[in-house]
Amino acid sequence: MKPAPFAYVRAQSVEHALDVLAEHGDDALVLAGGQSLVPMLNLRLVQPAVVLDINALRGLAAIDTDPASGALRIGTLVRHREIASHQTVAARAPLLHDAAPWIAHPAVRHRGTLGGSLALADPAAEWPACAVALDATIRLASRDGGERSVPASAFFQGLYQSERRADELLVGCDFAPPGDDAVFSFRELARRHGDYAAVGLALSARGRPGAWTAMRVVFFGVGDTPVQASACAAALIAGVDFPEAQARLEGELDPRPDLWFSAQAKRHLAVHLLREAWRDLGNPMAGE
Amino acid sequence: MSHDPGMPSTAGPRARTIGQPSARAEARRFATGTGAYVDDLPVHRLLHAAFLRSPVAHGTIVKLDLAPALRMDGVVAAWDGETLAAHCQPVRGVLAHLPAMQAALQWPLARGRVRWVGEPVAIVVAESRAIAEDAAQSIAFEWADLPPLVDPRAALEADAPRLHPELDSNLMFTATVATANVDQAFARAATVVELALRSERVTAMSLEPRGLLAQWDAAQRRLTVRMGTQVPWMMQAVFANVLGLDCDQVRVVAADTGGSFGSKIHCYGDESAVAVAAMLVGRPLRYVVDRLEAFVSDVHARGHEAIVRAAADADGRLTAFEVDDLCGAGPFSIYPRGSVNESRHVLGLTGACYRATEYRARIRVALQNKAIYGQYRGVGHPLACLFTEAAVDAVARRLGVDPLAFRRRNLVPDDAYPHRAPSGARFERLSLCACLDELARLMDYDRLRSDQRAPSVGREPGVYRGIGLAVFVENSNHSSSNYGRGGAPIASRDGATARLTQGGGIHCAIGLTDSGQGVTTAMAQIAADAIGVPLADVRVFMGDTEHTPVSGGNWGSRGTGISGEALWQAGLALRAQLLEAAAALHACSPEALDLVDGVVQRRDDASSLCTLKALAEAIYFRPERFPPGFRPEPAAQRHYAQTEYDGIYTNGASASWVEVDTRTGFVKVLGHWIVDDCGTVINPLLLDEQLRGAAVQGIGQALFEGCLYGTQGELRNATLADYLVPMAAEMPDIHVGHVATPTATSALGAKGGAEAGVTGALASVVNAINDALLPLDAHVLELPVTPERILRAIGALDRR
Amino acid sequence: MQDIELELNGQRVRLAVSRREHLADALRQRCGLTGTHLGCEHGVCGACTVRVDGAAVRGCLMLAVQADGARVRTIEGEGDDPVMRALQDAFVERNALQCGYCTPGFLLTAAELIALDPDPSRESIRAYLSGNLCRCTGYQAIVDAVELAARRLREAPSTDGRAR
Repeated sequence: MKPAPFAYVRAQSVEHALDVLAEHGDDALVLAGGQSLVPMLNLRLVQPAVVLDINALRGLAAIDTDPASGALRIGTLVRHREIASHQTVAARAPLLHDAAPWIAHPAVRHRGTLGGSLALADPAAEWPACAVALDATIRLASRDGGERSVPASAFFQGLYQSERRADELLVGCDFAPPGDDAVFSFRELARRHGDYAAVGLALSARGRPGAWTAMRVVFFGVGDTPVQASACAAALIAGVDFPEAQARLEGELDPRPDLWFSAQAKRHLAVHLLREAWRDLGNPMAGE
Repeated sequence: MSHDPGMPSTAGPRARTIGQPSARAEARRFATGTGAYVDDLPVHRLLHAAFLRSPVAHGTIVKLDLAPALRMDGVVAAWDGETLAAHCQPVRGVLAHLPAMQAALQWPLARGRVRWVGEPVAIVVAESRAIAEDAAQSIAFEWADLPPLVDPRAALEADAPRLHPELDSNLMFTATVATANVDQAFARAATVVELALRSERVTAMSLEPRGLLAQWDAAQRRLTVRMGTQVPWMMQAVFANVLGLDCDQVRVVAADTGGSFGSKIHCYGDESAVAVAAMLVGRPLRYVVDRLEAFVSDVHARGHEAIVRAAADADGRLTAFEVDDLCGAGPFSIYPRGSVNESRHVLGLTGACYRATEYRARIRVALQNKAIYGQYRGVGHPLACLFTEAAVDAVARRLGVDPLAFRRRNLVPDDAYPHRAPSGARFERLSLCACLDELARLMDYDRLRSDQRAPSVGREPGVYRGIGLAVFVENSNHSSSNYGRGGAPIASRDGATARLTQGGGIHCAIGLTDSGQGVTTAMAQIAADAIGVPLADVRVFMGDTEHTPVSGGNWGSRGTGISGEALWQAGLALRAQLLEAAAALHACSPEALDLVDGVVQRRDDASSLCTLKALAEAIYFRPERFPPGFRPEPAAQRHYAQTEYDGIYTNGASASWVEVDTRTGFVKVLGHWIVDDCGTVINPLLLDEQLRGAAVQGIGQALFEGCLYGTQGELRNATLADYLVPMAAEMPDIHVGHVATPTATSALGAKGGAEAGVTGALASVVNAINDALLPLDAHVLELPVTPERILRAIGALDRR
Repeated sequence: MQDIELELNGQRVRLAVSRREHLADALRQRCGLTGTHLGCEHGVCGACTVRVDGAAVRGCLMLAVQADGARVRTIEGEGDDPVMRALQDAFVERNALQCGYCTPGFLLTAAELIALDPDPSRESIRAYLSGNLCRCTGYQAIVDAVELAARRLREAPSTDGRAR
C-alpha cells in the first residue's frame, strides 16, 4: 500500500503556494495536517501530480483576534490539539473547545488541522458542522483573485466538495464574537471512541429557555454536507413543544445511510441528540 | 482426579515454576522495539512482490496483459495464473476421511475465472514495493462478468450456476446426525423454543499482516521461507507440495509473528506464488500483504445462519436439541485444513454440555463468491456455544426460571465422565457445574441480579441492564482425527529435545511457534521443573524446521498439551541421564541423587554434590573423569501424541453484564467474567491474558465486527476504519477464575487455554443484551448486535 | 529522491528518501529502526506511532520529506527516558503485550499521557490509548501496566532533572 508517484513541493510562502495552485489546479493537492490526505495517497484513492505541502507557512498557524471586527481568526494550519487547549478558543468559541476532543485520537489531533478538515469537506467530520453552527467565515486566497470570504453555510457543496476553487488555498476561518447570551451544545454518537460520528450535532443559540432569539441546529454524519435543520430551529425559536420540533426535524432530515446505520436509524439518533442538546441548553423537557 | 493444579503427578521433580505467574523474559525484546517480524529482517539483493487482485466476485478472464508491467523500470518479472502454472502444483482442500466433502483444485493465481474480490490474479516482482504496486496497477485486465453467488442459500438452489464446472453442485460438505427418539422428544415436550440465529463473517485481523521472505538456494536446490506462521512444519509440506519439491528441500522458519489467531495457518495462493517466484528469479523475495489485501485475502470465519430448537419437559429438564446450520465458505476449501471444521464443531457440540439425550443436526457448507474461509480462534466452538446458550436462555425465559438455576439443573454433572454427547462427541472429564458455581461466586450473581432489578438509580430512563451466561466446551490436545487421518500434512505427534549446554544451562528445542501466547516461557517452566533447574537457566528454541523436532504447531489449543507433554517427558529423561552421569562421576547410585535448582544433591541430607555447570564441564571437557565404559548422555528427545480421544475437551463458563441504551441502541459492556478449566495451569499470568484477549475478540464479534458484503460480492468495509475491532475505551475489565481438572491422558495434565475466552463470549454478550431487552419483549439474534438491530428489535424505527 | 536532514533519536542524520515514502517506511527501511511497525498504513491502528517534535503521531500519515528539520524519536531512541523505562518494566511484568507488534506504539502514546497527567484514571488511560489497536491482550493488562508505571513514577520521581 504505497502511494503512486507525485511531485512534492514545499511552499515557501503563501504566494509560492498560490502560484503552484494557479499552475496545477486540480492536479495539485494541498498537504496540511495530512491525516486524511496521506491515507488517501497510501490507498491510491488519489493520485495527484503534485503534493503541495503548506506546513512551512507558519503565518497560517496562528490563532488571533481581528482588531476591527473582534472575530476569532484561526489560521488554516492550526492543529486540532491547539484548538482543544487554547484559552482564547475556549472563551470565544466554546463549541470548538467542546468538539475538539471528539476528533479521532491524540496522535491524529497532533497533526490534523482546522483548514485541512474544512477543505476536505467530509460530512461526518466535526469542524465543518461547527463552522456552520457558528456561522463562521472561511477565507480563501488565490493568485489571480486575491482573498475572498465565504460563509461556512455556503461553503460545503457536497460530498468532499466545497466552494474552494482548485486554484484557491483555504487560509483561515473567522468566528465572530459570540453574543453575551450565546449558548452551545455539542453532541456526538460514535460506535467507538474517536470514530467518525454515526450522527453528531453542533448547536448554537442566543437567548434563554423560553425566549430564544436565534438558533442553528447542524447535524453531521447524516448527509453529503453538514445539514442545517432550519425548520426545526425555527420551531424551537417559536417556542413549540419538543415533540413538534422533533416532528419538524424528522420532516426535514433525510439522512444518507452508512455501513452500519440506516437512514431511519440516523434520523432516530438525530432526534435523540436534539433532545440531549435541548436539555444542555437548560430547556425544560415537560413536553416530551 | 488426584492432580492438584500445577502439580504434575510424576514422582520426583517438584513443581517450582509450573503454576507460577512468571513474566516473559522475551517480552522485553518487543517492549524495546527489537522484535524481528518478517518485514524487519535485513536481506541483501532483496526483491519485493505485489499482486493484481480481482476487483469482481465472479468473472471470466478475457484479457490479462502483463506487458505494461514488464516494461516498467525496476520490474524484474511478472506472472499470471497460466504462466505460473507451469512451475507449480495446485492444491485441493479436501480431507479424505470426510467422503462427503468436495472442493476444486486451487492454483496460486486465478486461471480462467476469478471467484472472489481479492483473489490473486497476477504477481509482479520488482526492486521496491512501490514499483511493484505501480506495475500491478498497470496490468491490462479485462473480464466478462458472471453472476456472483453471494448468498449461500441461493448457491444451493438446484438451478444455481455451478461455481466450478467440474463439481456436481455448490455444496462443499454436508453431514447429519440424529438420535433415535428425537422426533418423539420434540412432540412430547412441554416447551419447545425455536430461534433463528445469524452471525456475520469476521476475520482474525492480526495486527501484523501475513508475510513471507522466500529464498531459493540454487546451488543446493533448497528453499528457505521465513514467515509469520503458527505451523512451520505444516508449511514445509505445503511449500514442498506446491513447488514439487521434497519436504526436506524446504526449510521454514517462523519469524516473530505479530498475532495470528488461526489466520497464519493455511496455504494462501499469494504466499505460494511468492515462493514459486523466488525460485524462478533466484533472488530473495519478500511480500507482506497490506491491510486492504488482508481484509480480502485472509481467511474469513464464523459466517453462519442456523435454526436452533430446544425442548424441555414439564419439570423444566432439557430433553432435546436440534440445529440446522448453513455456512457460506467461499469459492475454494482452504488447503490443507479445509473450510468445514466450524460446521463440524456445530454438529458435534450444539447442546453437548446438557443432559438432553435427543439430538438432530444438519450442517451444510456452500461454495460462494466471497473471500476464502477457514479457521479463526475457537473455530466453530463459539458458534456451537452461541446456538446452545441462546436456546437455553430462551427455554429458561419461557419457563420463568432463572438462567443460572436452569443451567445448574440441566448441565451434565461433574461426576458423569467420561461422557458421550448425543452427537457422538466424547468428553474425558469436564467440570461444567464447578465452573458455573465458581462463575456465580466470582461475579456475585445475586448482587448483580438485584442491581439489575433495582429502580434505576443514576440510570437514565430507557437504559436497561442485563446479565448473560454461557457454558462452553473447547477441544484441545487433538488426535489425528482432525487432519492426519484425512491426509492433511499436519502432525499429531510433537517432539521435544532438551540438552545440557556446555555452560551448564538447558537448551530445549520444540516445533511450536510463539505468536504472543508466551509459549516460550511456559515451555521453559515445564522444562525447568521436569529437569530441576531454575527457570532462568532454560532457553527454548522454536519454529525452525531445520533445528527442531516435528510438531503440528500452534492451533486448536494444542501447544502446551502436546508439545508441553513431549518436553516434560524429554526433561524427565534428561534429568535421569544427568543424575546417572553425576552418579558415575561421584561413584554413587543415581537413586541417591536429586537435581534441585540446577544443583545435584544427595537425597539423604540434601547436601550439594555438584552444579550442572560442573557436570557439563566434566561431560564435555573431561571425559576421562568418568569410569571406563560409561558414556554420559547430556541430551534427550521425546515425542508425544494424544491418541485416546479425538480431543481432550476443556470447559468453562462466562458471563457478561451489559447496559443497553434503548434510546440509541448503544451497548456498553460493564463487566465480563470467565472461569476456565484447562487442567494443569502452567502460568496463570499468561493464561489469564490469553483468556482476556480471546474474550475481547468475542465481545468484538458480538458487538462490532463483521465483513459486510454487497449484492455483487464486494466487501464494503475492507479498511480498519470501517471494520470495527474493539478498542481500549469500549472494553471492560475482565475477571478470570480457574477450576483445574487435569487430563489423565498425559503426565503433565495440561489442556489448552488460548481459545476458551472467545468461546463463551459471543453467547454471554448476546444473552446479556437479550436479558436487558426482556422488559421490552425484544431480542436480537444476529451478530454483530448493532445499535440498528437493537433499535429495530424494540420497534423504535417502526413508525417512520 | 530528496535529501532530508533531521534529528533522529538525538543524532543528526541526513537521508535520501523517496518523495512518496511515508516516515515509517523511511525509518524502517533507510535507518533500520524496525521497532516502528506498519499495521494498516491508513492511520487507524497506531502501530507506527513515533514522536515528531515531541508529539506522538502516526508515522504512516507523514511523508518522510516532511520530517526535514524535525526532531524524530522512535522506540529505539527512548531507552534512557525514565518514563519509558518504567512503562517497559510494567508492560513486561504485567504481561501487557503478547505478539508485541502494537507495543512500541502503545508505549509512546502512554508515555505522552503520563507526561500530561501523572495520575491518570483507568478511564482516561483507556480513552488516551483508544487510537492504538491491540488484537492480543484485550487491553486490560495494558491499562494495568500504565497505571502501575504512573504510580511508580509518582512514588519515586527520577532525580535526573528531566521534565515529566
